[in-house]
Formats: sequence, structure tokens, C-alpha cells
Amino acid sequence: MKESLTALARDALGSLRDLMPIIIVISVFQILVFRQPAGSLLGMIGGAALVLAGLTFFIFGLRLALFPVGEGLAHALARKGSVFWLVIFAFMLGFGTTIAEPALIAIAAEAAEVAANADSIDAALESRKRYALGLRLTVALAVGVALVIGVLRIIGDWSLPVFIISGYGFVVLLTGLAPKEIVGVAYDSGGVTTSTVTVPLVTALGVGLASSLKGRNPLTDGFGLIAFASLTPIMFVLAYGILQQWT
Amino acid sequence: MDLIVTAVKFLFDSAVDVLPIAIFLFAFQRLVIGENPRNAAQIVVGFVFVVAGLGLFLLGLERTLFPLGRMMAEQLTDPGFLYESSRKAIADLAWHDYYWVYLFALAIGFATTLAEPALIAVSMKANTVSGGAIDFWGLRIAVAIGVGIGVGLGCYRIITGLPLHYFIAGGYFVVILQTVFAPRLIVPIAYDSGGVATSTVTVPLITALGLGLSEAVPGRSALLDGFGLVAFAALFAVISVLAYGQLAVLRERFSLSEPETRHSEKEKSHAL
Repeated sequence: MKESLTALARDALGSLRDLMPIIIVISVFQILVFRQPAGSLLGMIGGAALVLAGLTFFIFGLRLALFPVGEGLAHALARKGSVFWLVIFAFMLGFGTTIAEPALIAIAAEAAEVAANADSIDAALESRKRYALGLRLTVALAVGVALVIGVLRIIGDWSLPVFIISGYGFVVLLTGLAPKEIVGVAYDSGGVTTSTVTVPLVTALGVGLASSLKGRNPLTDGFGLIAFASLTPIMFVLAYGILQQWT
Repeated sequence: MDLIVTAVKFLFDSAVDVLPIAIFLFAFQRLVIGENPRNAAQIVVGFVFVVAGLGLFLLGLERTLFPLGRMMAEQLTDPGFLYESSRKAIADLAWHDYYWVYLFALAIGFATTLAEPALIAVSMKANTVSGGAIDFWGLRIAVAIGVGIGVGLGCYRIITGLPLHYFIAGGYFVVILQTVFAPRLIVPIAYDSGGVATSTVTVPLITALGLGLSEAVPGRSALLDGFGLVAFAALFAVISVLAYGQLAVLRERFSLSEPETRHSEKEKSHAL
């Protein structure tokens, strides 16, 4: 108990250091540029205390749960020696964490609006909803596929740069073919899929897998899953836009 | 009272986000692996902390940082403010008259990245896995510098109206070149850092900056020019981390030329 309290206090100190740059930047700009206080000082301090407590708890929970769970499952699956279940797990983790992602739901609704304004789809509520759902499924599918490819890459010891660089080459190609209004959404969807809960789990999965396979280096082979997860959504959404044009 | 109601709402939202993942993980462990995790109690406590932490974190951001950041982005791109700082009409402004915008973009990109929980997690992992060779703060500062430069350059693009894909294609060309020359062990982490850097804290703020800027600058549309800052931030994070790896190697090579400080191949990686 005492040990965990010390750990929690250490995390709180770390969080304070992590947040210091933001506090400094905001204060300096307020004082130098705007020369006026923004809202009540007390409210600001209260909000900052919430951010500090939140970050501290999250980091603490990360060490207790997210990292051990991700790595534990990776070790167990590697021991089981079943590529099939590993692939199923990777896909479900990617698909499941993305489909319910709030940032993605927001972006999909916005994209439907943009597409309706550009006359790419019918402006009726029904077809806009269908478009947004289609987009969400597309991105979730993309992240699921990304983790499957990433996990197979770790098992097969394939080169990461070859995949990522040719992937972005493909993105450039698709950008040329896709309708203009989907391009921005596509590029943004790569960024929203990697949420705060998913990233530690996926990182732990990769590192755990690479460290339980013989001849793999957790540093060079374990990382890279996030890179796939931010690449494939761009590709899939561009392809979705191209297909929408034809139907 | 109001705060308590909001806090409960945020904690509930956070639980709705995290619980399905937790249930899936436990079900998979139980049904496929066929055993309970040894440290089940610890993991349950950990998940409670993750839910509470995420909820409080977002609540605090929503009450302070996000409104402040949005307000500052609006004020900096406000025609009245731009007139006051340059004494020119908005249509006569050259790209360098927006210096406060660039400064703010650099500073806010850098500062928010350091507070990004996902980046903290990845840096912790990279530090342990590399046996300390990759420095926890070194990596995060490298990513933060990249995001700052990316957001600053993205603002320059919105102001000048240059096409997005010139920068993106050029940036990826640089990444390819760097991949060839950078030390092998930094490459996967560098590729990951793009996606990791653009997350909970960074994205809402830089999106607000992009939208405010594209509305203020004559001839830009929020729809076509407002996006793209996130892509810039992610791309420059990758470039910056690769450069960080290359710098460590260069520093090592430089000290190798002095005979008395010869390092073994193994120590070489510790320079990161």
C-alpha cells in the first residue's frame, strides 16, 4: 500500500513536469500578447488540478493494467503458437477500439456533411447517416487490417520501411484518383484512430510479441504497429471515396 | 454542484470508452487462452485508474486548456489584432506579418505534445525496451520539436495558400532519405511517433488554430484549407525523431575520431 502511494506521488510529480510547458506557454501569451486575464484564476487552477490528477491516474493505471494486459496476452498467444488466434485477436482489437472511437464518430458525421454539400451524395438525412456509418466501418476495418499486417510482419520478420514507404506511395496514387472533398477527411482519419487507450495496448502487444519470439528484437520489431494503424485508414478512406463515386 | 454533475458525466463517458475494450480483453483471455490472468486484481484496479484518469483529464482539458487555446487561436487570427500588431490592412499583410501566429503554433505544438498521454506511454516502453538507450525525455522532446515545426509550417501553408500535397510529398521524400541513413533501431519508433503525437491534447487545439486561420486569411476556405495541420504535425514528428537518431550517431562518430574515447559497438546505441 505504502509502495503504491509512493509510486502515485512520483507519477504526480512527473505529470506536473509534463504539464509545465503548457502552463508556461499559455501564461506567457496571456501576459505578453493579450495583456488580460482569461476568466477566473481560481477556475483555471481548478481545471489544471483536474488535468494533473487525471494524467497521474491514467499513467498509474497504464502501468497496472494496460501494459501488463497487452504484453500478457501477446506472451500467452505466442506460447499457444496459434497464428490464427493471434490474427483474430489483432483484428478484433483494432476494429473494436476504433468503431466506438468518439473522435471518429465526430469526423464521420462532418465528412457526410461535406460530401452532401459537394453533391457527392444525396442530402437526405438517411443517406448522410449511411455514408457516415460506411466511413466508420471503413476506418475500423482499416485499423483491424493494419494490426493484422503489423502482427504478421513481426512473425514473418518483414521489413517495416518497405511496407510503410510503399504504403505512402500508394496513398499518393489514390489521392490523385479520389474526389477532392474526401482527401482532407482521409488524411485526418489516420490521426484520430490512435487513441490514448489503444496506443499503450497496441504498443504492449507488439513489444510482447517480439520479445516472446526467438530472434526478434523488441525495439526494431516490436514497434511499428501504430505506424500501420495510421497509414491504412488514409488508404481505405480514399478507396471508399473512389468507390462512392462509382455507385 | 454543476462541476460534480459534469465530472460524473465525463467519468461515465470514459467508462463507456474503456469498458468494452476491457471486457473484450478479459473474454479473450478466458475463452481463448483458457486461464485467468495471474494478477487479475491488480489489473482491475489499474483499469479503474485508467477510467478515472482519462475522465478527469478530459474534464480538466475541456474546462481550461481547450477553451483557452481556442480563444487564443481566435484572438491571434482576429483582423483587429493583426492590424494592431502590424499596422496594415488585412489584405496587405505579407506572410511574415503573422509572426505571433507562428510563435504560438510552435509553442503550443511543442507544449501540448509533451503532455500527450499516449506519447508518454510509448516513450516509457521505448525506454525500458531499449535498456535506457532511448531517453524518455529525449524522445518526447524530439517529437515535440517536430510537432511544433510541423504546426508552424502548416500555418505558413494556410497563410500563403501553397498546395498541401507539395509539402506532404516533399516531407515523405525526406523521410525516405532519412530511413536509409538513420540507425535501424530508431526507425520503427519514429514511424509510430507520427500517429502517437497527434492525439487527445494536440488535435483539438491545432484544429482550432487551422480553422481560425483559414477563416481570417482572405481567400482561404475553412473547408479546403482548414485541415492538414494534423498531417503536418504527424509528418514532422517522424522527421524529427529520425533526425534525433541520426544526431546521436553523428555525435558518436565525432567522439570516435578521438582515439582515447573509443566506444564499443554496443555502447554506440547508448548515445541515443
